Amino acid sequence: MNPCSETPPRIRIKGGRLIDPANRVDGEQDLYLADRKVVGIGTAPDGFQVEQEIDARGQIVCPGLIDLAVRLREPGQEHKATIDSECRAAASAGITTLCCPPDTDPVIDTPAVVELIHHRARQTNTTRVLTLGALTRDLDGKLLSEMRALQLAGCVGVTNIQRPLINSLVERRAFEYAATFDLRVHLHANDESLSNGGCAHEGAVATRLGLPGIPAATETSSVARLLALIEQTGVRAHFCRITSSRALGMIARARYDGLPVSADVAVPYLFLTELDIAEFDSQCHVLPPLRTQEDRAALRAGLANGSLAALCSDHQPHEDDAKRAPFPSTAPGISGLDTLLPMALRLVEQGAMGLTDVLHRLTAGPAAILGLEQGQLAIGAPADVCIFDPEHTWILDDHSMESEGHNSPFRDWEMKGRASHTLLNGRVVYARE
Amino acid sequence: MSGANLQVDEDGRLRHFLSIEGLNRGLLTEILDTAESFAGVTAQTVKKVPLLRGKTIVNLFFEASTRTRTTFELAAKRLSADVLNINVDASSATKGETLLDTLRNLEAMHVDMFVVRHAESGAAHFIARNVEPHVSVINAGDGRHAHPTQAMLDMFTIRRVKGPDFGRLRVAIVGDILHSRVARSQIHALNLLNTGEVRVVAPKTLTPIHVETLGVRPYHDLCEGIRDCDVVIMLRLQRERMQGALLPSEHEYYRLFGLTEERLSVAKPDVTVMHPGPINRGVEMDSRVADGPHSVILEQVTHGIAVRMAVMSMAMRQQDRTLEDGA
Repeated sequence: MNPCSETPPRIRIKGGRLIDPANRVDGEQDLYLADRKVVGIGTAPDGFQVEQEIDARGQIVCPGLIDLAVRLREPGQEHKATIDSECRAAASAGITTLCCPPDTDPVIDTPAVVELIHHRARQTNTTRVLTLGALTRDLDGKLLSEMRALQLAGCVGVTNIQRPLINSLVERRAFEYAATFDLRVHLHANDESLSNGGCAHEGAVATRLGLPGIPAATETSSVARLLALIEQTGVRAHFCRITSSRALGMIARARYDGLPVSADVAVPYLFLTELDIAEFDSQCHVLPPLRTQEDRAALRAGLANGSLAALCSDHQPHEDDAKRAPFPSTAPGISGLDTLLPMALRLVEQGAMGLTDVLHRLTAGPAAILGLEQGQLAIGAPADVCIFDPEHTWILDDHSMESEGHNSPFRDWEMKGRASHTLLNGRVVYARE
Repeated sequence: MSGANLQVDEDGRLRHFLSIEGLNRGLLTEILDTAESFAGVTAQTVKKVPLLRGKTIVNLFFEASTRTRTTFELAAKRLSADVLNINVDASSATKGETLLDTLRNLEAMHVDMFVVRHAESGAAHFIARNVEPHVSVINAGDGRHAHPTQAMLDMFTIRRVKGPDFGRLRVAIVGDILHSRVARSQIHALNLLNTGEVRVVAPKTLTPIHVETLGVRPYHDLCEGIRDCDVVIMLRLQRERMQGALLPSEHEYYRLFGLTEERLSVAKPDVTVMHPGPINRGVEMDSRVADGPHSVILEQVTHGIAVRMAVMSMAMRQQDRTLEDGA
């Protein structure tokens, strides 16, 4: 049975505070869904017969969240997580669209792998799974991937993740080729030779702990080179997971000058710094590394003013053993699906930005980067909806985490805000008991 | 999860010895005093005390070492412990056995103490967090992070030569600070003992960023750096540093940072010269300095045994209490 083929019920979401940042909507209004679309806001369309009613009193109703970076670990690393497990976790966190980077095994560099992932995601049918294709074959940085075929198979962009291209000429050609098909390239600013196998920000903490350092210049020098190539080739580009104040400033300046670039930030970099590594806490081992308090403050300001258009989880689930080793040899990454929404709301609570703005960075912001019609709730828009209780407090622990990966530096933190219902294409795919 | 909590019990006694950072001056002084009492033992004809009789100590070395392992072994034997040396080469890592597996297997043999050397920073902390509560861990060097027994034997040597008042001393550490676990531990120890001034001397490529946050003054010129110093500690220069483009050549390094008698003359007349060994003669120092009247390099090696006896017996004493409490 494929539930996609059935017509979803006519739904009224009643009594909630509707916030639709893209359309500047914020108020207590009922939302009416039918035929997988939004059909009414405030008042029901003529002849609308409610088949299912969702009581959203005391809750916030917003577009389903869109997460730009979610490692599903399938195919290839099913011992860490599966498409099924992570799609369900995403739905339980209010995420209706997620974007999967190409570093699966095999790499997403052929339409067959794209189709495999989409097929498995359809079987789960709880979250829309989009894929980023590899910029180069096998992500090895030497030969171009068949980008047009990947695009036709459904890839919403191409990226070489954090892996280097062998030289700037290949980089230029790859950008030009992507630009031919108006494919957006997702860039990780990382000068591999400067990173030099490091595992922590090159600063006071790395000096104290004797950890090989990754200087901020690895990001800034790469951003400078990439901006020059973007200007040369005219490719549409998105900078992923910016970590430093300087790099953020360079990108904002380039946008001001008219370059077609955008940028995002991941949750951990807004809350943690190099200091959180403390005595070798491997849960804080992430790449790019956590940087300084000044960087964290700049990233928060950038997200608030829109220089950073999207906030993502950078979800990287791991089995427990992956974090049980001396710090440098632990696997980098944080399991972030469960904490995306509550940590975003924490920014509001801490006064870093307004509620509408932070929801914008979780919905309309990433939708624009991916070129999606989702991320907003105008009449006729896809009926992807997240309903959450902003006052619901809970503790992040093994019991409450829905992702297979329980690797998080936020464990035992008190979280505030949690999805109660998630609707995908006009159908309830998650309801908290 | 702080190093201090991991290393000492609620009463402030030594549980593990992982890094100087996180300890206090009282504990360092206790280590030095205890070492002083053992220094006599090593000079006797019968060089044994029965403090650790019946205990099993495993020297778990994931990185090659001769001197450190030997002095740990001697120290353990002089305390009457049974000693097992295990050298884990890189191959067992490629066989898929994790550090944790190696540890669990050895623990099953009822080990009381691990002396660990590992190429990665944080390895000793990791092991200490994962051993059974009655097992002690002594860090014999982890990556670039810490080598606390080396630092303590250096403090022991300085105290013997210069007396107990570190406050009037000016100490310079010269060489590859960036990669040196020895330097990091020495810096913490010198500062905890209230040393008047601690300097580090190295080219910028071998000076870690924000090194001043460790409580030292950085210098990039040898003569300026050691001027009026009471103690000059030279570090070993690894030859592979040329490959990493950190230095142009041994020749240029020696010309700029090699310690010669002439250069040493800018230090205090009674300056003490130290080196954790093994020395690259003609790279970091001239033989005439290494073997000269200011050098205490061989004394350092001798003191290493007494200091390691002190640390082992202190940690084990605490662990015995843990066992008694549990019984």
